[in-house]
Amino acid sequence: MLKLPVYLDNNATTPCDPRVVEAMIPYFTENFGNAASRNHPFGWAAEEAVDYAREQVAKLVGADPKEIIFTSGATEGDNLAIKGVYEMYASKGNHIITATTEHKAVLDTCKHIEKLGGEVTYLQVKPDGLIDLAELEAAIRPTTILVAIMYGNNEIGVVQPVREISAIAKRHGVLFFTDGVQAVGKIPVDVQKDGIDLMAFTAHKMYGPKGVGALYVRRKNPRVKVTAQMDGGGHERGMRSGTLNVPGIVGFGKAAELARLEMEQDAKRLSGLRDKLERELLKLEEAYVNGNRDHRLPHVTNISFKHVEGEGLLMGFNKNIALSSGSACTSASLEPSYVLKALGLGDDLAHSSLRFGLGRFNTEDQIDYTIEQVRTTVLKLREMSPLWEMYKEGIDLNSIEWAAH
Amino acid sequence: MAYSDKVIDHYQNPKNVGTLDKSSKNVGTGLVGAPECGDVMRLQIEVDDETGVIRDAKFKTFGCGSAIASSSLATEWLKGKTVDQALSIDNMAIVEELNLPPVKIHCSVLAEDAIKAAINDYRVKNGLEQIKFEESIVH
Repeated sequence: MLKLPVYLDNNATTPCDPRVVEAMIPYFTENFGNAASRNHPFGWAAEEAVDYAREQVAKLVGADPKEIIFTSGATEGDNLAIKGVYEMYASKGNHIITATTEHKAVLDTCKHIEKLGGEVTYLQVKPDGLIDLAELEAAIRPTTILVAIMYGNNEIGVVQPVREISAIAKRHGVLFFTDGVQAVGKIPVDVQKDGIDLMAFTAHKMYGPKGVGALYVRRKNPRVKVTAQMDGGGHERGMRSGTLNVPGIVGFGKAAELARLEMEQDAKRLSGLRDKLERELLKLEEAYVNGNRDHRLPHVTNISFKHVEGEGLLMGFNKNIALSSGSACTSASLEPSYVLKALGLGDDLAHSSLRFGLGRFNTEDQIDYTIEQVRTTVLKLREMSPLWEMYKEGIDLNSIEWAAH
Repeated sequence: MAYSDKVIDHYQNPKNVGTLDKSSKNVGTGLVGAPECGDVMRLQIEVDDETGVIRDAKFKTFGCGSAIASSSLATEWLKGKTVDQALSIDNMAIVEELNLPPVKIHCSVLAEDAIKAAINDYRVKNGLEQIKFEESIVH
């Protein structure tokens, strides 16, 4: 039976796996203790649960449990990593390298660093969304302290060559931070093999609860330190004060364990569904996949349907299918997706894009339904689109002087 | 953001989608907006020579649901009006009728601009002077 509505916005957030919720429940009621309470059984139970979750989370990414700092989520992790390194390594330099397609939590943190007097290089990406490794290496200066490049992109799913990036950083004695939000739990991420020094990730993108995340901070080769960004009780080895969100952390641990055990089969199934979705939708004329298709998360595709506008497109089915668009109108900003623009897409194509993020609970009949709905709506809107009519008449849309507004 | 029922209705059952012969002397065509901005409207009117009444109106729009609804509504309002009466259609009337939220007011402005552009195109074709309009403030 087809289950509606269909949720295909798993890059924004995922539903909690019921097994995760089940693991969390006792930690709201019976085991409500503060993990920092060292003198009674309530505290001990909480601490034990946190220790166990820390192991589960560490194991997912090949880290030592001591290297996991619990946070409120990846935005905090991004901030703590970048600002924390900037402060801690101030005597070494003040230059950070990042890319234009990073998440706002990284880009805006870098902007903040610039206001503090730091220097930031924003690497352009190639038309397929990958950074140019030679450009990265050329951007490194004697004052460079950090390279901050995401693992998998949230809008187009493109996976950066993390091992090559970390090798370059290491060769120049520069720390490597990656925003692993979209990749961790979806594809194998191993901080040792990948040469990652710091990595932010979060529970709610991998079927865990919102409001809890982690920052991986390397302890050996090299030993990395970050300056705390909040003052308080000195929790999390002094790097992140604040009472631990015990139920959230327990849920995060469970989600990490499930991801580790089920990643391979989930990825295989979802990439199969994603490929079907993509194959069928690309049968429409003038439909294009955005970003590199070979280096990509298994559950993501981003497609532009030329001459129809993304929000108008979503409206055709958004009662029954949850998707997001790179078009301006979906956000308050009125600017189309900066990630798509960074790929060199014109604003018109950026306005015409849909992002599909599949997840653990999607079924094949939901994908079939989505294919049919998207296809029908694209065709209907093209009949209504003056641009499509002009395109069909062979008019070059670039030759028209549009009344700018 | 949820759409009003009227926007949804126009989106699902748009009125007067189509194309009139733009080379005809009786037809005025207005093409406004830009693909880069995410909305382009083409609105056409067909005017009765004798009476100056708009006999038919058609639109095609590239844009969000509110843009489609604004242009669909505009064509409905245009039919049966004289060209002079059509000039009095104000974007705020569209906003009110469709319950557009503030971020979508530009869709109604675009519809008003399309009406004016179509009327001017018709006037020029018939040897009349273009009417100068104040620049739209929104966008």
